[in-house]
Amino acid sequence: MPRRTKVVVAQVAIVLALLLTWELGVRSGVIDSFFFPAPSTLVGRIKEWMSTADFWTDVGTTLVETILSFIVGIAIGTALGIWLGLNPFTADVVQPFIKIFNAIPRILLGPIFVIWFGLGLTSKVALGVTLVLFVAFFNTFQGVREVNPVVLANARLLRASKSSLLRHVYLPSATTWILSSLRVSVGMAVMGAVVAEYLGSSAGLGHLIAQAEGVLDATGVFAGIIVLSAFVVALDAVVDRAEKRLLVWRPPAAHET
Amino acid sequence: MEGQPALAVDLHDVLIRFGDFTAVKSMNLQVGDTEFVAVVGPTGCGKSTILNTVTGLLKPASGDVRIFGRPLTGLNDQSGYMLQQEGLLPWKTAQDNVGLGLVFQGKSVEQARAQARPWLAKVGLKGFEERYPHQLSGGQRKRVAMAQTLIMEPRIVLMDEPFSALDVHTRRLMHRILLDLWQAERRSLIFITHDLDEAITLADRVVVMSAGPASRMVGEVKITLPRPRDVSALQTTDEFVALYREIWSLLGSEVEKSYATQN
Repeated sequence: MPRRTKVVVAQVAIVLALLLTWELGVRSGVIDSFFFPAPSTLVGRIKEWMSTADFWTDVGTTLVETILSFIVGIAIGTALGIWLGLNPFTADVVQPFIKIFNAIPRILLGPIFVIWFGLGLTSKVALGVTLVLFVAFFNTFQGVREVNPVVLANARLLRASKSSLLRHVYLPSATTWILSSLRVSVGMAVMGAVVAEYLGSSAGLGHLIAQAEGVLDATGVFAGIIVLSAFVVALDAVVDRAEKRLLVWRPPAAHET
Repeated sequence: MEGQPALAVDLHDVLIRFGDFTAVKSMNLQVGDTEFVAVVGPTGCGKSTILNTVTGLLKPASGDVRIFGRPLTGLNDQSGYMLQQEGLLPWKTAQDNVGLGLVFQGKSVEQARAQARPWLAKVGLKGFEERYPHQLSGGQRKRVAMAQTLIMEPRIVLMDEPFSALDVHTRRLMHRILLDLWQAERRSLIFITHDLDEAITLADRVVVMSAGPASRMVGEVKITLPRPRDVSALQTTDEFVALYREIWSLLGSEVEKSYATQN
């Protein structure tokens, strides 16, 4: 058996064993189904949800919020990173402020955003953006600063103008850094959206979980968590493909895990 | 050469300082149009400083820099510079790297590619157009870098120990390619190296610098070997050995001096 197959078999075995123990534990009464509903119950609940239109509205809402926070966060973070990366003086001046902002537990901004922007889409995106922005910013900043000096000198000797340098040297260099942090950024965007929904909203996966929690419905909470995980895994796969396409120029050893 | 207005590079009594440190003192270097000049000297003698001066990146504290008879102000727009380490963009293919300077000039990517492809062929890399730098060997990357510099058709080519990181055989191959290209389209070329064999094989004239700081020119030797030269057979000829001895008699004592100051 090839190694790869062995790994997959082992992984499937672990999951099956865990689910089986759980299921049997609940059925025999060893595990309290009020706190840990059986996997079969959870599957039933998710199936039930999937047959309702409301559930898909929730998924759609969270998806839109995630994508918007992601795009806006990356755009602002990248612009800021390039600007500060190219202006060491400004970077030195604002560095402590950025550190302070980054030190704020962003989740706590959720309530203030709900007050400012209401229960709708904007407050969710705002929270997601504050989370994504810093990841994108720090990586772009690093990317711009760590441009290989020989590459830079060579481009200058080929008479590259400032805008050419930005387009052909700084941006591609930063892109590699942004891409390598993309997975973290996507996770952050989802987290921002869901937490903001949880704090106050009328739709979305976070809202779904919050509602279940309100009536002490552990099945609903667990089912919500599973749906969310599947959601993130799906987004991750999309990111993975984007990354592979954009980084074809890289030596394979560098991003093979 | 004197009296002719066509000197490509004319450094007259040039003094270069970095703060209190005098890198180069009373440097005189004349390079004729289409002449191939190699500059040799002990490490740290300011060989690269000379190239940076010719490019206009460094301003001499005193002395005169003339390019084709005109005093150099700002950056030299007649020169192309090939660095010791090749600075290829890792995210661009070989052909896009070769055409990079053209794109910087405002040409479209398609135009640049169309011009880059024949240049890749000239340096023996036909079929490697779509390769990224990491997919090329060290010698192939050097050839891309060479094409990248020469495609801009500079009248003065500056090379700063471009082949020093390569193994002997690859270096020989590079010498052959460089000589072929230079033979086909004669340009002025200043080639910095610490390798005497390389200097004699390639150049019309070898200039020897003294040990730094405050290094200056201690002598020059005309390389009378006929052209076109056979890179692989050249080194064993009596004429080559005689030239080697002559240059070493100038350089050897300077190398010892540079060791003495370092230890």
